[in-house]
Amino acid sequence: MMATLLSLLRWLGALAAMALLGWLVPEWAAFLLTLALAKGLVVLGLLILWRTGLVSFGQALFFGFGGYAVGLLGGYAGLSDMVLLTALATVGAGLLAALVGLLLARYRDIFFAMLSMAFSMILYGILVKTELLGSTDGFNVVQPTFLGYAPQGDTLRVMIYLWTVLLCVGAAYGVQRYLESTMGQLAPAIRDNELRVEYLGVSVVRIIYVKVIIAGALAGAGGAITAFAVGHIDPDAMTYWTVSGEFVFVTILSGTGSIAAPFLGSILFELIRTYATQYSPYTWQMVLGSSLLLIILFLPNGLWSLFDRLRRPARPGL
Amino acid sequence: MPLLETRDLTKTFGHVTAADRINVSIAEREVIGVIGANGAGKTTFVNMVTGYLKPSAGSILYQGEDITALTPRQVTRRGICRSFQVPQVFMSISLFDNLLVALAAAEQVHPNFWRPLRQRHLLDAAQEIVARYDLGAYRDQQVALLPQGVRKLLDIAMAMAHRPRVILLDEPTSGVSVQEKFGIMEVVMGALRETGVTVLFIEHDMEIIERFGSRVMAFVEGSILADGPPSHVLADEQVRRHVIGEELHRSRRSERGASHA
Repeated sequence: MMATLLSLLRWLGALAAMALLGWLVPEWAAFLLTLALAKGLVVLGLLILWRTGLVSFGQALFFGFGGYAVGLLGGYAGLSDMVLLTALATVGAGLLAALVGLLLARYRDIFFAMLSMAFSMILYGILVKTELLGSTDGFNVVQPTFLGYAPQGDTLRVMIYLWTVLLCVGAAYGVQRYLESTMGQLAPAIRDNELRVEYLGVSVVRIIYVKVIIAGALAGAGGAITAFAVGHIDPDAMTYWTVSGEFVFVTILSGTGSIAAPFLGSILFELIRTYATQYSPYTWQMVLGSSLLLIILFLPNGLWSLFDRLRRPARPGL
Repeated sequence: MPLLETRDLTKTFGHVTAADRINVSIAEREVIGVIGANGAGKTTFVNMVTGYLKPSAGSILYQGEDITALTPRQVTRRGICRSFQVPQVFMSISLFDNLLVALAAAEQVHPNFWRPLRQRHLLDAAQEIVARYDLGAYRDQQVALLPQGVRKLLDIAMAMAHRPRVILLDEPTSGVSVQEKFGIMEVVMGALRETGVTVLFIEHDMEIIERFGSRVMAFVEGSILADGPPSHVLADEQVRRHVIGEELHRSRRSERGASHA
């Protein structure tokens, strides 16, 4: 009982702290935080797959689907409610993941990675070649409303940020529960030995299928928020393979030791990119690459392993 | 009705016949030792019964139901479990977590995605297994760091998490030192006896076969040469020539290897 209460307080504390941060930081930083948290959602999905030994190079498929779902439903169906559109984008991306997952869940290693990338590039190709979907230019996204309320200016920015924080904390809680469940705890088991998992009476394909769906839905939610925050969507920014690569980059940077890692890693990534672009506009990719190299060299299990080391100092003899 | 039965079970790999019309009938609570030289078809037989290999011909009946076409997962769910010659365990997590995962998998046909794995009754059950298989010293160690004998015990304990009616053990003492063999078999058989499970174990050590088996099946070139009580089978002239002779050569070779090492 006490543990549950403490856990609840911790989650509420995280929610309050993140919400407060949006008020304290300057406008550009709040925008950056919104983007970072949205992308953190995608990386949270990658964390689920990563723990099972799977790397997806195609999360941009669901990220882009989420963004375009918001754009299209806003443009053609006249919807503008951010809560509703985010929910629809999330469910839609989950359904898309359920479809492609039928095939993806049967592949492993490099084949899983490449097949997921192939699916995302199919969407990219469709978007680029279709005028109705904005082709290479993309299109603007409707200004969001919140349950009938239509904020403007700074209030809109804050509302988008608050909704993002609420969604991220909710998603993080859900993923935490999932990772602690039997299905979540089967992830390292599947990574280690699929044969034994089958001989425990569990379908490996089914477990991976569910993971693909969850990761897809999270990426869809991230795409929807990004579309609202940026106000514009186009194929290069939403579905190109480099976008998927960026998510994998952040996963390596973050590590998979905690559900907080994807968000922290994503924030760090956006900060490095922002400052690198500002102070070194022609070599910012080199700065990003060097950062990743340093992380791999000194923290091979990602940024989060630093926290683990601080919390659990190495025992003598180990 | 026999608990497990095979009818003309055959497996061919190209021109090689690994199992040739094997007819076996196994009753509840039997403890059957399977002997035979390498390549005699013992593991092929176990692999077919547990769904890993599909027979080329013949059928497998479990409690009267034809299970020939079932997958390993379906066979496990029916109540036939197995351990492996090379222990199939989860290397990156602790021994205790291996057991927890096995117990939860046994309990949940579709693994739960919301309820925590670490529930009181599963923790208690895992702790009970740790005690029964004498694994307390290794409870929280990562499996990759454990000795082979401990992994063997864990492999068997995980298979038993399903509370099967039949368990097939593929060389439970292989890769284990001569000194440890009997100790491991005592622990395993003691734990299995408590549950009343039907046991079929592949073994090369005739002393272990004699001591723990209530029945012995001797395999030669994919067929069963002899089947009956250990005293009869192990005294059989053909078995002594084709199976035990080979085993003696084998064990002498390995002893020589050990003394040279």
